[in-house]
Amino acid sequence: MKRQVDIAIIGGGAAGLAAAAAAYDEGARNIVIFERESAPGGILKQCIHNGFGLHRFNEELTGPEYASREAAAVSERGIEIEFEATVLSLSSSKRLTVVSPTMGFVEVQAKAVILAMGSRERTRGPLRIAGTRPAGIYTAGTAQHMINLEGIIPGNNVVMLGSGDIGLIVARRLAYEGANVKAVYNRSHFSGGLKRNIVQCLDDYGIPLKFLHTITSIYGKDRLEAVGVSDVDKATKLAIPGTEKIVECDTLLLSVGLIPENELTSQAGIPLDRGSSGASVDEMYQTSTPGVFSAGNVLHIHDLVDYVSEEGEGAGRAAARYVLDSAYEEDSANAREEGAGYSKVVPGNGVKYVVPQRISIKASGRITLRFRVRDVYKDAKIKVLVDGREIKSVPKRVLVPAEMAQVKIPSKDVSGSSNVEVSIEFGGE
Amino acid sequence: MADNQVDNVANDANMSGKRVVRRFTCVNCPLGCDLTATVENGNVVNVEGNVCLRGETYAQTEATNPMRVVTGLVNVSGSEMPASCRTESAIPKALIPKCLQAMRSVELKLPVTIGQVVVPNVCGTGVDVIATRNIGR
Repeated sequence: MKRQVDIAIIGGGAAGLAAAAAAYDEGARNIVIFERESAPGGILKQCIHNGFGLHRFNEELTGPEYASREAAAVSERGIEIEFEATVLSLSSSKRLTVVSPTMGFVEVQAKAVILAMGSRERTRGPLRIAGTRPAGIYTAGTAQHMINLEGIIPGNNVVMLGSGDIGLIVARRLAYEGANVKAVYNRSHFSGGLKRNIVQCLDDYGIPLKFLHTITSIYGKDRLEAVGVSDVDKATKLAIPGTEKIVECDTLLLSVGLIPENELTSQAGIPLDRGSSGASVDEMYQTSTPGVFSAGNVLHIHDLVDYVSEEGEGAGRAAARYVLDSAYEEDSANAREEGAGYSKVVPGNGVKYVVPQRISIKASGRITLRFRVRDVYKDAKIKVLVDGREIKSVPKRVLVPAEMAQVKIPSKDVSGSSNVEVSIEFGGE
Repeated sequence: MADNQVDNVANDANMSGKRVVRRFTCVNCPLGCDLTATVENGNVVNVEGNVCLRGETYAQTEATNPMRVVTGLVNVSGSEMPASCRTESAIPKALIPKCLQAMRSVELKLPVTIGQVVVPNVCGTGVDVIATRNIGR
């Protein structure tokens, strides 16, 4: 079967749902969302804790409630969602192949594509932990899915490696459900999770967080029986030989980072930013392929879903304009040549990446630059330099890698420039 | 991380009527503002570090009567997937274990609708536990 659509949205999580509603409101009609699972909402479905939506809805919701509002906005507009639909391929000419139980195999030609695939968790493989391969080793998100969506407690005596937000939230959930969370080990000297979650999910329940420790061995045949925990050298970030101690446990949870899920993006020949692991985009969230937009965790890892929705809306509006306004489409095509009509946005001192990676000379209004810092910086300043000239300096008491930072700049300040740099000026660590 | 560790000092100081500075991490939203509350004679006289009014309110209650929204799971008869639920507003932190017990003791019937009352007036707080997921609708 073959289909023509105006806007194909890959992923029905927070980014995809917001993109669809915004594209519709901008005037686009022939929109379809391809969602892998059987219900909308993506990762929000399993995030039953509260703390979502204060910016977007001005109230504090749980993940499923937030998802249900976003999904309602999509269904009120009559936008089609294809569930259990897996996008197998994406070409640079915006042709998708999709399979689902209801549609079968479909070739979809889209005028615009919004990449909203979210992210996945880093697993044991890339950590290269030695030892056996028993049952009982899960990523934190898998454990969260088991507990909150399937009603299964993954184990009784739990050790966690890494202190990402999902892990911290799951540690509290396990404590709530009666499991013994023995400790959270963290290789670096700072947490990958928000301080709020460390206080509320670990400190409140007496769960120790051990910095500069990592897991170097796995023991157990059928089921995990113990892990070996070693001290870590702060300078090299490597385990120190001879320091390993045995910690008995039946479950090991890994909360060691999220990776934007960009297989389709790469397949379409869209280059990724090494810092963000997402596509390189302009201020309209357009990738280097005209008509292909990217938003949410597939673009860069967020800590607040509210900003995922905001990005989704931005990408949705831009995609609608791309489809409806032929002049816009031509502009995009002309401007895709390297550097033509764009200011390049680059991460400076202490900054891992900045989104967007380029700003069009035609940008208007205020532009939000979102970025992550590389380390913990106290009493620091966020500096924005345009062709070497400082246009903004924002003092910050503390900047941490766990939190996305942002700075807003007027587009007129960068118009016609070649280089925009975001950097951190700091005194101490 | 060591923020909430000054409770004993604060209690002692409250009794002797001293001015004490207490630090909290705001939990109202994922921004997690670092709050500094000045406590005099058991009353919060000043709050700094908040970006919104919720932060001020939070520091005041945290210093006097800490409150938490509790989220949990409820069994649903005829559904493999549990429903999720939360207290409609924050309840005293000390009541979390009893609140979780109350959530566990309930079995809902299909369909489950977001906002429906799961446990009315949980632990006598005047706060209802409500469902946060639709199942079987």
